[in-house]
Amino acid sequence: MQKIVVDPITRIEGHLRVEVIVDDANVVTDAYAGSTLWRGIETIVKGRDPRDVGFMTQRICGVCTYSHYRAGIEAAENALGIVPPKNAKLTRTLMNAALYMHDHCVHFYQLHGLDFVDVVSALSADPAKAEAEALKWCDKPLVCGVGELKAVQEKLKTFVDKGELGIFANAYWGHKTYRFSPEQNLVALSHYLECLKVQRTAAQLMAIFGAKQPHPQSLTVGGVTCVMDILDPARIGEYKTKFLEISDFIHRAYLADIKMAAAVYKNEPSVMNDVGVDNFMCADEFYLGDDYLFKGGIVTNMLSNPVLGAIDESKITEEATRSWYKNDKALHPYDGEQEPNYTGLKDEKTLNAKGELEDSKVFDMNGKYSWIKAPRYDNLPVQVGPLATIVVNYLAKNPIVTKEVDALLAELNIELKDLLSTLGRTAARMIEAKIISEHALKALDNLVENLKVDQSTCAPYKIDNSKEYKGRFIGNAPRGMLSHWIRIKDGIVQNYQAVVPSTWNASPKDANGKMGTYEACLIGLKIEDLTKPLEIIRKIHSYDPCIACAVHVLDKKGNKLGEYKVGV
Amino acid sequence: MDFFRHFNNSCSNKSLMELLEEHGFTRRDFLKWSSGMATMLGLGATFAPSIANAVENNASNTPVIWLHMAECTGCSESLLRSDAPTIDSLIFDYLNIEYHETVMAASGHQADENLENAIKKHAGKYVLLVEGAVPAGSSSFYLTLGAKGHTGEEIAKNACANAAAILAIGTCSSFGGIQAAAPNPTNAVPISKITNKSVINVPGCPPSEKNIVGSILQILLFGTMPLDNFNRPKWAYEHRIHDYCERRGHFDAGEFVESFGDEGAKKGYCLYKVGCKGPYTFNNCAKQRFNQHINWPIGAGHGCIGCSEPDFWDSMRTYEEPLKSHLFQSVFSGMGADAMSDKIGIGVLTLTGVAIAAHASIAAIKKDKE
Repeated sequence: MQKIVVDPITRIEGHLRVEVIVDDANVVTDAYAGSTLWRGIETIVKGRDPRDVGFMTQRICGVCTYSHYRAGIEAAENALGIVPPKNAKLTRTLMNAALYMHDHCVHFYQLHGLDFVDVVSALSADPAKAEAEALKWCDKPLVCGVGELKAVQEKLKTFVDKGELGIFANAYWGHKTYRFSPEQNLVALSHYLECLKVQRTAAQLMAIFGAKQPHPQSLTVGGVTCVMDILDPARIGEYKTKFLEISDFIHRAYLADIKMAAAVYKNEPSVMNDVGVDNFMCADEFYLGDDYLFKGGIVTNMLSNPVLGAIDESKITEEATRSWYKNDKALHPYDGEQEPNYTGLKDEKTLNAKGELEDSKVFDMNGKYSWIKAPRYDNLPVQVGPLATIVVNYLAKNPIVTKEVDALLAELNIELKDLLSTLGRTAARMIEAKIISEHALKALDNLVENLKVDQSTCAPYKIDNSKEYKGRFIGNAPRGMLSHWIRIKDGIVQNYQAVVPSTWNASPKDANGKMGTYEACLIGLKIEDLTKPLEIIRKIHSYDPCIACAVHVLDKKGNKLGEYKVGV
Repeated sequence: MDFFRHFNNSCSNKSLMELLEEHGFTRRDFLKWSSGMATMLGLGATFAPSIANAVENNASNTPVIWLHMAECTGCSESLLRSDAPTIDSLIFDYLNIEYHETVMAASGHQADENLENAIKKHAGKYVLLVEGAVPAGSSSFYLTLGAKGHTGEEIAKNACANAAAILAIGTCSSFGGIQAAAPNPTNAVPISKITNKSVINVPGCPPSEKNIVGSILQILLFGTMPLDNFNRPKWAYEHRIHDYCERRGHFDAGEFVESFGDEGAKKGYCLYKVGCKGPYTFNNCAKQRFNQHINWPIGAGHGCIGCSEPDFWDSMRTYEEPLKSHLFQSVFSGMGADAMSDKIGIGVLTLTGVAIAAHASIAAIKKDKE
C-alpha cells in the first residue's frame, strides 16, 4: 500500500490536488480530489446591486470567461421576471458558440493533448510517413504536408538543441503508456502549434459581439449592449468568416486527431472503462431562434438500468461533510449556508519523484479535505460535461447527436459503452464542438432575419425595492451543466450560490461516502510508474478541470455587509 | 542594467538575428518590427535602433517564472491571445518559460522540481510574473500548493526574493482584485505587499495581450520603465480611456445613451450616463483595444468599468450608473458628474470644459490619496 500525491495538477484552470492509495500491484484502491484555493466570490457579491453581479461572477473564471457572466446576468433576469429580446438571446448564443469552439480546441491541444502526445518522440518521425498518416484520418488534413511537418520538426529540434525545454521540461516523455508512433506525434504536434493561432481567431470571434475575450463585456441585465455590432453588416461578415475558419480547424485537425487517438488508444487501459459516476445531467443549450440545439435531461444508472428523465431542480443540493466548511447539511442552493472551517493538511511521508519517502502534507482522509463542496441530485452524485450532453441527447434521440455518435462508433468499431470513459469524454467534447460548428450559424441567420422586423436589444425593467425576488440560471458551460441561484431583498443581493460543472465532477465524498466523478473514475486504475503518474493526469484532464469555478462559496454567517441602495 | 549583465550569461550562443534568419525573417522585417515596437511603447521612432540592438543582444532565452495565486487564469488566457506581428510571438518563443501551470507539460512533483530548479539556476536573473492576489498572513492557508503544502504566500515570497524583475500581471496581483473586494474574506493582498522589492503593476481584468507583452518587452529591452503613482508603466497607463475614446465627440456634444438599446445606443453616443468610468480610468484600451484590435467594451456599447484602477470593484460600482455626486463633493460642492452631463448641450463648450476639468481633478485626488 502506498500513497501518491499529485499537486499541482497543471494544464487546468485553478489549484487541484489528487491523492490516491495504490495496492501492491500499483492499482488504485482509494482516491481523493480536492482544491487548495478558496476566494469567496459569493460572499463578496452579497449586499451589492443585482445588476453588478454578472460582472463579478464572471471573474470566477477566465477560461469559461463567458459562462459565469451570462449566468450572473440571466439569474438576475430570471429573478426579476425579465425576458430579453430575441436579438439579445441569439447574440448570446453566438458568443457562447465562440466560447465552446475556443475552449474545446484549446482543451484538446494545449491542455489534454500532451497526455496523448509524446513531444520528444516527434523528433524521430519521418515527415513523409507522417503526411501519409495524416491522410488516413482526413482527406484534406491541415498543416500536414511533408514540408510543413519538416518545418515543425526543425522548429522542435532547434528548441531542444538550445538545451532549455521551457514549458516542455521534466514531463513524462517516454512513458510506456504513450502509444502514438513518432509520425502520429508529429501530426498532433503540428496541430498543437496551429491551434495556438486558431484560438486567437476564436477569441476574436467572441470579441466581435463581446468587446473582448477573456472577460467579454456586452451583456447587461435585460439584453445586450452591442447593438451597433449586430446592425453592422461588416461585423456579421467578420463573424461568419472567422466562424468558418475555426470550423475548418475542427473538421480537418480536431476530428481527425480524435479518430487517430481513439484508434490507437482504445486498447490502452488508462483511458477505457472508467465511467466513474454513471448518472449524467445536462441542460437545454444553444437557443437557435426556434429550439435548442442540445436538450436537457438526466440519465441515471447508465451502466445498469438507464432511465432518462427531466431535471427537477428542487432535487439539487450541496453539502460540505468533507469540505472545509462548517455546515454538514445538504441544502438547496437558494438556502446555501456555510462558513469556512479549515482543518488543514496532515503530516505524512509520501513517495517523491525519485521514488523515496519524503515528508509531505496530505489530506485528512477521515475528515475534511477540499474547498469544493459536494453537489448531489436526489442524493446521487452526477457526472456533467460534453459526455453528459451526448449521453442525454443520444438517449433522448436528438437526431443531430445520434447521427454524429453512430457515425463515430461505426468508423472506430467501438460500442456506446466504450464512450463511457476517458476516451469517450475526450471524443464527446469534439462531437459537441463539431455539432456547434455545423449548426450555430443558424442563430446568426435568424438574428439577421429578426433584425429586419425588430431591432430591440434590451427589455425594460424596474427593480422594486420593497419586493423579494429569487431566480436562477440553468444552462451549460463547456465543462458541463452550470447553475447560479440568486435571492434579492431590499434591492440588493441577499444570497448567491453557483453550482458549477467542476463542482459536480471534482466533488469530494459525501455524507454517505459516495465519491465524486474524478475520484470514482480513478478506482481500479493501474499505474505503471508511481513516480510518474501520467495515467492519473490523463483521466483527470479528460474532464477539463476548472477549479476556480468549482470553489465558490460562501456566507460567513452573521456577517453584515455594507448595504448599497439601488437607484431606480 | 544590472539585470542584463546577469541575463547575458544565460543567453544561447546564437544571436537572435541568427535565430530569426533561420526562421525566414530578414533584417528588414526585424527593423520594421523594432520601429513598430518603439511606437507602441510610446518611445518614438528614434528608439527603434536601440530596441533592435537590445533585442539582438539580450532578448533570447530570458528565464521566466509565472506564478498563479488566487486568480481566475484570465491573465494567462490574455497572454495566449498575443500575436501582433508574427515576429512578436517569435520573440515569445525565445523566452525560456520555466514555470507556468496552465501550459507546462510537467505535473505534481516534477512541476515542483521545475520551480525549485528554475529559482536556483536562474537566481537573480529571471523575470517573475505573478497572476492573482495572495491570501496573506493568518489567512495564507486559503491557498496551498505542492505535495509539501506550502502556502501561496511562502512560494511567492521565495520567488520574489530571487527575481531580477517582478511584474504583477492583472488587477488581482497589482491591487488585490475581485477577491480583495469588500469584505475581502481571505485577506487577499497584491504581490507588492509581500515583498520589499519594487513591483511593476500591469493591471486590467485582464490586461490586454499588448499590455502584457509590451511591458515584458520593455523591461527586457531597457531594464527599467517610467511608472505612474500606482507603479503602472506609463507607456500603457498614462492617459485616461476618455482621452482617446471614439465616442468622445458625443460627450463633448452632449449626446448620451440614456438607456441600453435606445436610439442613442444605435448611433454610438457617449456611454457616460449608463455608467462609463472612462473618465476615471487610466489605460490605453481606446487606442490598443483587445484581441488584435478587433473590439473593446466601449466599442461594443458598454461603458468602461474601470478595471485597471485600484479597488474598482468597490469604488466604481454600480457599474452601469454614473458615479454619484459624493465623489465630487470637494470639487463641485455636490454637483455630480451626471448632473453636469445633463446640462451639457451641443455647443456648450465651456461647461464641457468644466466637466473634463472635474474628471482630471478627481483623478489627481485619487492618486494623492494612495
